[in-house]
Amino acid sequence: MASPEARNAQREPAAVIEVSDLVTHYGTREILHGIDLEVRAGEIMVIMGGSGSGKSTLLRHMLGLERATSGAIRLLGEDVCQMDARALAALSQRIGVAFQGGALFSSMTVGENVMLPLREHTELDADTMEIMMRIKLEIVNLAGYEHLMPSELSGGMIKRAAFARATIMDPVVLFCDEPSAGLDPVVSRALDQLILDLRDALGMTIVVVTHELESAFAIADRITVLDQGHILLVGTVDEVRGSDDERVQGLLNRRFEEPDLDPEAYLARLTGSGEGPRA
Amino acid sequence: MGFAVSLVTDSVYWLVMGKRRGQRVRPAPVAAEMMEIGVRAIPIVTLLSATIGVMLAIQGIYQLRRFGAESQVVLGVAFGMTREFAPLITGILVAGRSGSALAARLGTMTINQEVDALRVMGIQPVRFLVVPSLLAMLVMLPALVVWADLVSLAAAGLYVSAELGITLESYFQQTLALLGPGDVGHGLAKSAIFAVLVTVVGIVDGSSVEGGAEGVGRVTTRAVVHGITAIVLVDMLFALVTTRV
Repeated sequence: MASPEARNAQREPAAVIEVSDLVTHYGTREILHGIDLEVRAGEIMVIMGGSGSGKSTLLRHMLGLERATSGAIRLLGEDVCQMDARALAALSQRIGVAFQGGALFSSMTVGENVMLPLREHTELDADTMEIMMRIKLEIVNLAGYEHLMPSELSGGMIKRAAFARATIMDPVVLFCDEPSAGLDPVVSRALDQLILDLRDALGMTIVVVTHELESAFAIADRITVLDQGHILLVGTVDEVRGSDDERVQGLLNRRFEEPDLDPEAYLARLTGSGEGPRA
Repeated sequence: MGFAVSLVTDSVYWLVMGKRRGQRVRPAPVAAEMMEIGVRAIPIVTLLSATIGVMLAIQGIYQLRRFGAESQVVLGVAFGMTREFAPLITGILVAGRSGSALAARLGTMTINQEVDALRVMGIQPVRFLVVPSLLAMLVMLPALVVWADLVSLAAAGLYVSAELGITLESYFQQTLALLGPGDVGHGLAKSAIFAVLVTVVGIVDGSSVEGGAEGVGRVTTRAVVHGITAIVLVDMLFALVTTRV
């Protein structure tokens, strides 16, 4: 029996996402400086970088949420940069996105959130949708939580529910924005395992944007290291670890933390006293 | 301004073409919005319209007594409430109550990436978020104005009948004889314009949110101020135009 990766490779072209010479500006400031990147079918590609490196901007462009100044992004063979809203809506049914904060709709239960894409895009009957919703919740280990509101879930549970919603349409590509951000190490490891399981069980291509080194090294087939809108390196975990590029090593050693803060200024900011800088 | 116009045109487009494009407007969210905007506003609309009706009657009788024309207060209350005060006070109330809620909800959804989530799920945010609110507002604001007309006229009638010693039946007969469909229609037409204004202002301000909770607070306040200002200005222009044609 063929592996999920092999099955996926037969179904999809070798490159699921191709980014070519992508340049983008916010106002007059250039944010991405000619990005070239290829994501292969069935792989987990981690896009890694510190704050302001452009990784979230790159993700938003891949999703068609923002328009580039120049360049092209081919997602599942279609140029996202040239698509109108209607074509993007059609393409979006073949992708799934798990946002950083989950982005669950607070007025809906967990189950309704997960079923929303099915309700909007399919003619399935309510029972079938409910069965599919329960299966996805089971996969993310949230079985029995479908009647709760998002406000009743913990941070880790919200992210898992977001994964269930993102995969309800069995997407070809799954995008995850900072899946481990703000979670304790145990929950973070569980989410890493969930991403691996989703790839292995469903044969998805997965793109993960993160600044968490441990997560990136745990799940990545390949890693793209971004710094100030430039790609420093694309390679396997070992290639990134063993890179002799000073900038890559500098980023790894700083572990993508924020710039050093003056402790007194930080305390002043927290307590609201003095004239500490406001970040 | 351009965004506001495109919101209205997009809303009409999705209302008409939604089903053909596989994204029909569902009745359940419209009904939920109607409940929130209309039904839950009934107590406060009742209280305010009754108070204003009585207030108008008190002031009318007080001023008209100087000319010995107290009985003309019926005329003042009937025209004043149906053409002006009922739509105005209801519009302001809905702007403060539902326009602000709309801005706060959209602002929060924008910050929490829920609007982005809709887009990447292939769900048009205008169809999903704006159209139900706009439809509900277009139905419920005029309905609330009709209710405010009835309540305010009844409350004023109770005061007038007690103060001038005329029967309530006589008061209502005079009121019905004075009021034409055009007078009620004048108020209803204004309320439909207010409905569009309140919705569009709420959506435009809500989607312009920046920052976190502080930003949501700012756009919510802005939506109330903009909504009420727009209602009062349009009310004056509407009165100016319709009394000259």
